[in-house]
Amino acid sequence: MTSSKTKKKPKLRSISNTNPEPSAEEMKKLYREMLLIRRFEEKAGQLYGMGLIGGFCHLYIGQEAVVTGITSVQEKQDTVVTSYRDHAHMLACGMDANGIMAELTGRVTGYSRGKGGSMHMFSREKNFFGGHGIVGAQIPLGTGLAFSNKYKGTDRVCLTYFGDGAANQGQVFESFNMAELWKLPVVYVIENNQYAMGTSLARASAETHLYKRGASFNIPGEEVDGMDVLAVKEAGDRAVKWCRDGKGPIILEMKTYRYRGHSMSDPAKYRTKEEVESYKETRDPIARLMGRMNEAGIAEEDIKSIDNDVKKIVNESAQFAQDSPEPDSDELWTDVLVEMQ
Amino acid sequence: MPVQILMPALSPTMTEGNLSKWLKREGDKVKAGEAIAEIETDKATMEVEAVDEGILGKILVAEGTQGVAVNTPIAVLVEEGEEVGDLPTMDIPCVPQSKPEVSAPARMSEARQSEGKIIENRDILYAQGYVLEPPPFDESEFTEVRAMTVREALRDAMAEEMRTDDLVYLMGEEVAEYQGAYKVSQGLLDEFGPRRVIDTPITEHGFAGLAVGSAMNGLKPIVEFMTWNFGMQAMDHIINSAAKTLYMAGGQLGCPIVFRGPNGAASRVGAQHSQCFASWYAHIPGLKVVSPWSAADAKGLLKAAIRDPNPVIFLENEMMYGQSFEAPVNDNFVIPIGRAKIEREGNDVTIVAYSIMVGKALKAAEQLAEEGISAEVINLRTIRPLDRYTIIESVKKTNRIVSVEESWPFAGIGSEIAALCMEHAFDYLDAPVARVCAADVPLPYAANLEALALPQAEHIVEAVKKVCYAN
Ligand SMILES: Cc1ncc(C[n+]2csc(CCOP(=O)(O)OP(=O)(O)O)c2C)c(N)n1
Ligand SMILES: [Mg+2]
Repeated sequence: MTSSKTKKKPKLRSISNTNPEPSAEEMKKLYREMLLIRRFEEKAGQLYGMGLIGGFCHLYIGQEAVVTGITSVQEKQDTVVTSYRDHAHMLACGMDANGIMAELTGRVTGYSRGKGGSMHMFSREKNFFGGHGIVGAQIPLGTGLAFSNKYKGTDRVCLTYFGDGAANQGQVFESFNMAELWKLPVVYVIENNQYAMGTSLARASAETHLYKRGASFNIPGEEVDGMDVLAVKEAGDRAVKWCRDGKGPIILEMKTYRYRGHSMSDPAKYRTKEEVESYKETRDPIARLMGRMNEAGIAEEDIKSIDNDVKKIVNESAQFAQDSPEPDSDELWTDVLVEMQ
Repeated sequence: MPVQILMPALSPTMTEGNLSKWLKREGDKVKAGEAIAEIETDKATMEVEAVDEGILGKILVAEGTQGVAVNTPIAVLVEEGEEVGDLPTMDIPCVPQSKPEVSAPARMSEARQSEGKIIENRDILYAQGYVLEPPPFDESEFTEVRAMTVREALRDAMAEEMRTDDLVYLMGEEVAEYQGAYKVSQGLLDEFGPRRVIDTPITEHGFAGLAVGSAMNGLKPIVEFMTWNFGMQAMDHIINSAAKTLYMAGGQLGCPIVFRGPNGAASRVGAQHSQCFASWYAHIPGLKVVSPWSAADAKGLLKAAIRDPNPVIFLENEMMYGQSFEAPVNDNFVIPIGRAKIEREGNDVTIVAYSIMVGKALKAAEQLAEEGISAEVINLRTIRPLDRYTIIESVKKTNRIVSVEESWPFAGIGSEIAALCMEHAFDYLDAPVARVCAADVPLPYAANLEALALPQAEHIVEAVKKVCYAN
């Protein structure tokens, strides 16, 4: 890989809120995706409460606009990798809700045949590369996926998602350095939901504007209202183009918020109820899009029918998961190594 | 007083070099610090500087001389008016630099080898603790051999695999333009270019993770760690990202990757640069761990590692890089991972070793033979999956076993072999399993302490006598 001198780049900048007028079809699609994520996560929360899902279970509720907006601008062959808070990313990639829910409940019909769980799922077919439980690990992995895209001579981009907490890992900067040095097509999407477990951004980061984190590597960064799916989409579109044009990596800092606890058990002592409520009431990504849809005069029955569709998919997935058997005990021993003959 | 100029060492492991060029002639004046000659090894080229001011009185080693031992006087520096002839005798007060003691057999071993078997679900059965015959391999078919160093063997293995598969690439610190910190990747940049031979920043955690990500998407990276000591920085990606993904993905996507580099003690580089990682990585399900001794091992096993669809940890040894052995030239010489080699047949005791310790074990076996003890020496070649079959069959014959490793004793490879013998050869043992390991301390720097800390042939001889109840 050789490095070439950078052409002129967009400066680091804040909030780009130039929402172009989206079409009704487009809005309905975004709405459907976000609603599917929310309803799916709510259902997962219920199943967890019933003891059907074990271990950690990190819900994405509140952050739906981020992955929905970005996925709407990527192409099928683009590669995606994220952390353990991954159910939404899988749904957005087009992975099957049944297979995801079955994995959450540890069933053989799950994406990893019950051997991965909530934090570790993959789909070769959808170019989804996990689901990683080690905070920050997905960042070099995503950079490597971008490397492979470039090595193979494709124009595929890698969307690499990570949290505000993960942004402090040393491997982030190792990756930034190589990505810019070798001009790798990777969009670093920082999902800044303002907390890493119970630690607020300000208590963990000397520089809280995470979009500036690439500055010393010459990687451009942009801050985006991550509670506005249209803003995300617009910024994502630009970022993906930047990469596809061979200009190297780019950082998008998504200002977002999670409504639920970090995982299922969460003391919720690190933030006030009022803070959470104010986000739900004034910034909710689904409600905001709904407002735009109303303005655009999208018929109530159209929305209703999306709601019903989504409800059906989610209920079915829960049923499918519960009806599926646990993996056979032989599964214990398979997939440790690829068998060579 | 005339001063002798000695052949310098360019690195802790250098024992000899070539005097490529004299920059000064006899009778020339030289200043202290001025370059007077150029020397080279297979790793590097360096200028020799005059340590004192004077006249180059006499050149003792002509330019172009190959294989000049470190500390050999190469020239004499005299003062103005002084005669070289004034020199008393060539009695040089130099420390003799001993060559690393490795007995490289001139020919490929003629010992009878284990039969082999193609077994389906070998990995699952291995995981469940079955003692399986190793995969079949008839090394005697490869009759055409040539002498090559371990270093060349490794390079050739990479080059051959890179020629046939564009998905294979090499990445690491100094692998490209510098030609490898230990010159293992010499010439690869020229042949394959910067797309496939990639210099990285010093960022082990990052580039290991990057390579793993690329492997998940179908590339076949060879990641060189300058030494395995630095690979510790990358351990999370080796274990959590590379080794476990196949399982966590229910078999959907794996990680065909080789991590390689020198492992274990080099020479006089102290504790942080001297450590054997065999048992660390062999502990991990989802990894294969390979450790070659000879050039043939290096070539045949590295080719196998590159072709393997799983993550393979490839533990080399710096002290072995310059050693020459006969090795097959055939491109199809690919040693199956999971198959040990009996380097020497014997009846009284089994000695199991890997990497540099195989040479020491062979040396011990020779000495033991003189004392009437017939030792069988097994070169493990692969640490995981361990060729349990070859070990157990040998113990059934000899009833005694000594395991030798350069690593520490606690939870080492020797512990695993001892457990194996308890589980599968208990009734055949005539003496407790003995282990020869490094002293249980960080490796010291002082030459005498370092030698005490590392297993030597005499320790092996001692351990063998103990299990044979011989004195
Ligand atoms: C290397 C590592 N350290 C600690 C943890 C435990 N842990 C899991 S999630 C988390 C917080 C991460 O926060 P952030 O990156 O902001 O992502 P978010 O959970 O907000 O999506 C921590 C500390 C871990 N999984 N891995
Ligand atoms: Mg966070």
